[in-house]
Amino acid sequence: MDENKEPKIIAFCCHYCAFTAADLAGTMRQQYPPNIHIVRLPCTGKVHMNMLLQAFVDGADAVMVAGCEVGSCHFLEGNIRAKKRVENTKRKLEEVGINPEKLEMYHIAASEGPLFAQTSREFTDKIKKILENETVKT
Amino acid sequence: MQAALDSAELGYKVYLLEQEPAIGGNMAKLDKTFPTNDCAMCMISPKLVETGRHLNIEIISYADLEKVEGEAGNFTVKINKKARYVNEETCNGCGECEQECPVARRDAFNGELSERKAIYRLYPQAIPNVYTIDKSTPYAPCKGSCPAGVNVQGYTALIAKGKFQEALNLIREQMPFAGVCGRICHHPCEDNCNRKDIDEAVSVRNLKRFVADYEKELLQKGEIADVSAVGENDIEEVKRAEKVAVIGGGPGGLTCAHDLVKKGFQVTVFEAADKLGGMMRTGIPDYRLPKDYLDYEIDLLIKDGIEVKTGLEYGKDFTTTDLKNEGYTSVFFSTGAQKAKQIPLEGSDAKGVMYGIPFLRQISKGEKPPIGKHVAVIGGGNVAVDVARSALRLGSKVTIVYRRTQKEMPAHSWEIEEALEEGVELRNSWSPAKVAQSEGKVTGLEVERCITIHKGDGKKSLEVDPEQRMTIEADTIIPATGQECDLSTIEDFIETEKGLISTDPLTLETSEEGIFAGGDVVLGPSSLVESVAQGHRAAESISRYIDGENLRTDREPVMDVGDYAKTPENADKKRIGRTEPSMPDPEERNRTFIEIEKTFTKEDAIREAQRCLQCASCAECMECVRTCKADAVDHNQKDEQKELKVGAIIATGGFKPFDASQKPEYGYGIFPNVITSVQFERVLSASGPYEGHVKRPYDGKKPKKIAWIQCVGSRDVTTGNDYCSSVCCMYAIKEAMIAKEHDPEIEPTIFYIDIRAFGKGFESFYNQAKYDAGVRFVRSQISSVKENPLSRGLQLSFIKDGGYVEEEFDMVVLSVGLTAHPSNNTLGDILNIERNKFGFFEEKQLQPLASSREGIYLCGAGNGPKDIPETVMQGSAAAALCSELLKSVRNTEASVKEYPVEKQVEGEEPRIGVFVCHCGINISSVVDVEEVSEYLKKLPGVVHAEHTLYTCSQDTQKKMREIIDEQNLNRIIVASCTPRTHEGLFQETLREAGLNKYLFEMTDIREQCSWVHQKEPELATRKAKSLVKGSVGKSAFQEPISLKTISINKDALVIGGGISGMTAALSLANQGFKVHLTEKNDKLGGNLAYLNRELDGEDWQTFLKNKINEVEAHELIDTYLNTNIEAVNGSIGNFSSQLNGGHKDEIEHGVTILATGADEYKPEGFLYGKKDNIMTQRDLEFELEKKEKFGTVVMVQCVGSRDDKHQYCSRVCCSEAIKNAIYIKEKDPGADVYILYRDLRTYTYREVFYRKARELGVKFIHFPDEEYPEVTEENNELKVRVNDTVINSYITIRPDHLVLSAGIVANNDVNQHLSELMKLPLDEHGNFMEAHVKLRPVDFASEGIFVCGLAHSPKNTEENITQALAAAGRAATILSKDTLEVGGVVSEIEEEKCASCLTCLRECVFDAPFVNDNGKAEIDPAKCQGCGNCAAACPAGAIQLLTFTDKQEEALYRNILEEEIPVE
Repeated sequence: MDENKEPKIIAFCCHYCAFTAADLAGTMRQQYPPNIHIVRLPCTGKVHMNMLLQAFVDGADAVMVAGCEVGSCHFLEGNIRAKKRVENTKRKLEEVGINPEKLEMYHIAASEGPLFAQTSREFTDKIKKILENETVKT
Repeated sequence: MQAALDSAELGYKVYLLEQEPAIGGNMAKLDKTFPTNDCAMCMISPKLVETGRHLNIEIISYADLEKVEGEAGNFTVKINKKARYVNEETCNGCGECEQECPVARRDAFNGELSERKAIYRLYPQAIPNVYTIDKSTPYAPCKGSCPAGVNVQGYTALIAKGKFQEALNLIREQMPFAGVCGRICHHPCEDNCNRKDIDEAVSVRNLKRFVADYEKELLQKGEIADVSAVGENDIEEVKRAEKVAVIGGGPGGLTCAHDLVKKGFQVTVFEAADKLGGMMRTGIPDYRLPKDYLDYEIDLLIKDGIEVKTGLEYGKDFTTTDLKNEGYTSVFFSTGAQKAKQIPLEGSDAKGVMYGIPFLRQISKGEKPPIGKHVAVIGGGNVAVDVARSALRLGSKVTIVYRRTQKEMPAHSWEIEEALEEGVELRNSWSPAKVAQSEGKVTGLEVERCITIHKGDGKKSLEVDPEQRMTIEADTIIPATGQECDLSTIEDFIETEKGLISTDPLTLETSEEGIFAGGDVVLGPSSLVESVAQGHRAAESISRYIDGENLRTDREPVMDVGDYAKTPENADKKRIGRTEPSMPDPEERNRTFIEIEKTFTKEDAIREAQRCLQCASCAECMECVRTCKADAVDHNQKDEQKELKVGAIIATGGFKPFDASQKPEYGYGIFPNVITSVQFERVLSASGPYEGHVKRPYDGKKPKKIAWIQCVGSRDVTTGNDYCSSVCCMYAIKEAMIAKEHDPEIEPTIFYIDIRAFGKGFESFYNQAKYDAGVRFVRSQISSVKENPLSRGLQLSFIKDGGYVEEEFDMVVLSVGLTAHPSNNTLGDILNIERNKFGFFEEKQLQPLASSREGIYLCGAGNGPKDIPETVMQGSAAAALCSELLKSVRNTEASVKEYPVEKQVEGEEPRIGVFVCHCGINISSVVDVEEVSEYLKKLPGVVHAEHTLYTCSQDTQKKMREIIDEQNLNRIIVASCTPRTHEGLFQETLREAGLNKYLFEMTDIREQCSWVHQKEPELATRKAKSLVKGSVGKSAFQEPISLKTISINKDALVIGGGISGMTAALSLANQGFKVHLTEKNDKLGGNLAYLNRELDGEDWQTFLKNKINEVEAHELIDTYLNTNIEAVNGSIGNFSSQLNGGHKDEIEHGVTILATGADEYKPEGFLYGKKDNIMTQRDLEFELEKKEKFGTVVMVQCVGSRDDKHQYCSRVCCSEAIKNAIYIKEKDPGADVYILYRDLRTYTYREVFYRKARELGVKFIHFPDEEYPEVTEENNELKVRVNDTVINSYITIRPDHLVLSAGIVANNDVNQHLSELMKLPLDEHGNFMEAHVKLRPVDFASEGIFVCGLAHSPKNTEENITQALAAAGRAATILSKDTLEVGGVVSEIEEEKCASCLTCLRECVFDAPFVNDNGKAEIDPAKCQGCGNCAAACPAGAIQLLTFTDKQEEALYRNILEEEIPVE
């Protein structure tokens, strides 16, 4: 990939927790890299493997899924399902030769604006490093 | 909120009154909630939004209730809506003002652990989402004591931020001579400065001078082009014809003239001298005020359009008649006190005697008065000192002669000091007697000694001692003992008194209409600021006079009230020395008239300004006004009175955490590392002061050992709070667990008396903390906290293994109780409802939530401490009670909005309109909105793109509707803030424009872009483009969604005829709904039949009989005894149920309430059932009536509760035991009653009875959790052996009666059966599981079904009644509507693709999918919650969640990911 190009990361966030936390990160002016692009979902339980894979096909450098804390899902079990699907998708990614670490699931409560920002920073850093290594190898 | 939401949903118009600036109450402050550790904000935030948006809820926040008149069904409520100084309609909560506000205050919301600004929002998610300015204090002493009302604190704050020009502009609003005043003012502001109590006053005068000089310097350097004495747009553009004459061009006259010019009048200043300035020019020598500076400031004023006529003396050159003839409508006299007061001094006609005023006037003209080598100045005022210092500069030796002591001299002390430094000699306590002369020329001044005589009555008098006499050498004598006004030309037509013009002090009107007077002619010789103040006052009066308005209404009072803001609590009291301006040495300066004092440097000024303590809660520096692009800030806003007509009132009161400083032994407020649980809640919160990191307040270090001390201000007779606050145990456990989650190194310890984990799920939570989470529990009361001064750790001593031990902790958290909010008192008085002795609202006996006044209902913590679900239940229950009262007017006041017919857009090409929001500068300062909007215009489908200042403002909304029409748009995107708060608003706009609301899409480029990428504007702009492009992609695939309307069956089915079922049935029937009440037994009454009395003695049996009669007699209730439910079908609004045994086999109903009750546990062991004198509390209840003597009674608690098989607390048994124990002791004081317990859980007011029982002599023995008492029989005699933990040994009691406090067990068979029929979840104990433990305590996830009473969890009768009312209230919100709109964001199944695999049925927790007649899965839109889990799970891809379809989502992220289309 182009060295100067900033990686694009899609963040699937559930409306009730992670998306609300992202809002709070904004209100609190918590800074994080512009690589993160949030896609809002009603619940992370809406996430399925095809969707995650498709995001990579469409050019995402990485994908994060952020839902409620375990036990706090507004729709009761959606975040647990999402977690499983993310795990399965990671295996699939590995099969097709994509570093499974480019996909990650997080649990972020609505009040955790700073955590959302921190997670975004850390995930972006990690992805940038992975991409750097890939560039070196090729 | 719950009461408001339910009432509104019940078809009533609701006014939600809140005294704080935002709703949310105490829950908004919480981090997590017990017993699930759910995030509090996650739960409350959607409620806040829902309440804020409800069409029929009008939130009146920041308002106080003033008066309530009338009666149930017809109240008139008077409200005072406090000025928030921000317009609620126009403020959009962007927060720019907050960033600029210079005043910081301790943030009460964050437990005062952090700061907020004077303009603030309670918390980021606050509803209404608008700011409020805190003006709770009076003016700061500096501003309050300034005669001209110059906003000292404001400009000081601005200087501290380096905003010099803004500071100067602020000064000029009240003080047109900023630089002059900055040089010569006598600064009462500094005299009153609160900082004096810490070190020295802030050097205010010099700050003012600095900003004025700084501007002049910039002008001279050419860095600014022009200077104006007024701010932008401060001069009326429309000029007026009326002419005003100002006579006297001193500070008062010029101020008045300038004010009037600003208002557009034609003003002429007539000045007798040849130059303007009055005493500023003639009375103050150059070394204090250089003339060129004075000229500069006067010119600034003149420039604004004042006409000046100099050299014209009133009375000589013109008169008022002339002025009238020339067309002047009004006249202002401010001729000053220009005449020197003559003193009776023998020989004062000698040559060499001259008066001070003319002397200074000569100097001011640059002339050299004829003075000799030795000058004696008579007097002690400022004029005397000025004269002396001037004479000194002319080369003379100068002596000031004054009758009294130096301290008593009226001149400013600093002037005297400077004069002495420069070499002026001071002769105090000498009175001039005679001018010594030779040949008519002065040779000296003969003086006599003055002595102060103290008279017997405490008075003093000054007397001359002619015996002590001397002559001071002098060839010139200058008396400077005062000034007078020359009124000779005025007094013949205007009233005067004692040499001054008489005026009305408020308006400055003279006896002659249209003529006003001010300054020295009214006040006598006065200061610059006083004259300026009079100038302003006169100008206001003259303007009103010309306009024919009342001169007196709403005028600022003249007298300074002296009630100033105090030093803010928690202000930094560190001593910082005052900055003094530099000054040449006295020997250098006393020979020249060059200005002495140097101005501050920029750095000096900022440092000095930062010393300001910011005493007033708002500095009124107007930074917020300047910053707000929406023009929402209005510092002149006034309180507003409102009157409402309402039918019923719900008083929710509230609580206030106990003030821990009332228990000084715990060191709160003394030791920094002792904090309250409320503060710790904020410490844990991610949005709190430490962003969720656990730190010690003292040094920010991570604490390792944290102790919680329970019952601080609860169960405490010494503070008058001898009730249990009921939530502290649980929140302490929660806080301890969460702290450990945040930092596993933390070792939490909870010191407690009893752990009161009595609610649903609480016991397991407690066990989890104790056994899994590593929280240490120590059963010991802590009597005091000591601090280790070295480590700042805290020493606690407590009982361990029978002896005292001491242990040090890094931090102590005081679990403070809940006390009645002080406002309950005023509220209670206004509402005329009773309070109990603790200040909480009193409920009527056996009528939970009814206040002592008909039509006023109670809910929440205002009527006693309680946790969130109980509060929520009470909210719904209170709504039900209102609904019963007001059923006849349901749906009459509530509004329903009408919309235009929707345009049909199916099949049309997408015509997308995008609105990119600046959000003031919130977005546009980082994201280039113009670039974004230009870029969007090039995207396929976009026919309109523009950028707007505030897209949510009403005018933009209107414009949006017009553009939709003009451009025939069929998809709309707004790129602005978060859809969480604004999506609904824009969807409304679409509906108003005739578009389906689902054709709207929102992109957040504020929270997700400008605010979080502030330092990367280019990348942020690029990202904004990507995000909006994503929305454009999705938008093209959006389709209108029409909602389905289904009719609602208005009957209710209530299952269970106990007190809960009957209460729910009665409430619904009283609200006008038909109820089918089923009972499995042959009679109504349930468990209440076994209860005789309430703790306070109230008779349950009579109550029950009445209830049953009421139910049986009610025409809207059909009761089915011996009846069970066979089958249930349908969903919300339309259920049908099969009954067995009843008269009717099938019932149609819109809602279902489960009130299936529970049973008493049948004890195992304890020889129960083997002997007659061993019984349960229930058995004892009626047995008591039969006996007179009881002998020895032993009660054993927690039988069938809190054990391995029943890991929950049955909540009622402790109170039951105490009730019966008290009964026994009152009937038979000789009886020995023992209660053997583990934790005594007499929560809330039940605690009072616990104490009563102890006072009556009931013996309480605590035994260990794992070691129940042993019951044996010996010689036909019962023997109870118990391990008493207090004395640490075994005790044996031989009771005549053994009473087992048996717990409550779920009605397993019934619950299981219904759970299967209706697919409702049960918890591990067999109780029904509500939709959400905290916020939906009577709802199920499946809509239209509700639960109450013991079927939900063990609770006492009054709580059951409340919960039943709550269920009735919630159920009625459905029944009160005729139809239900279903659909919207729900899943849909494409039947052709469905493989009937039933995956969706398994996935859905809401039971929405079902198999239809075709054998395919279908989704019931009434049940679907729109989570999309089924869509994700469907292997055939047959399910789509509307508005989040695969096509739409894919288009969204594909478009985000696609490379940017280059813009040519």
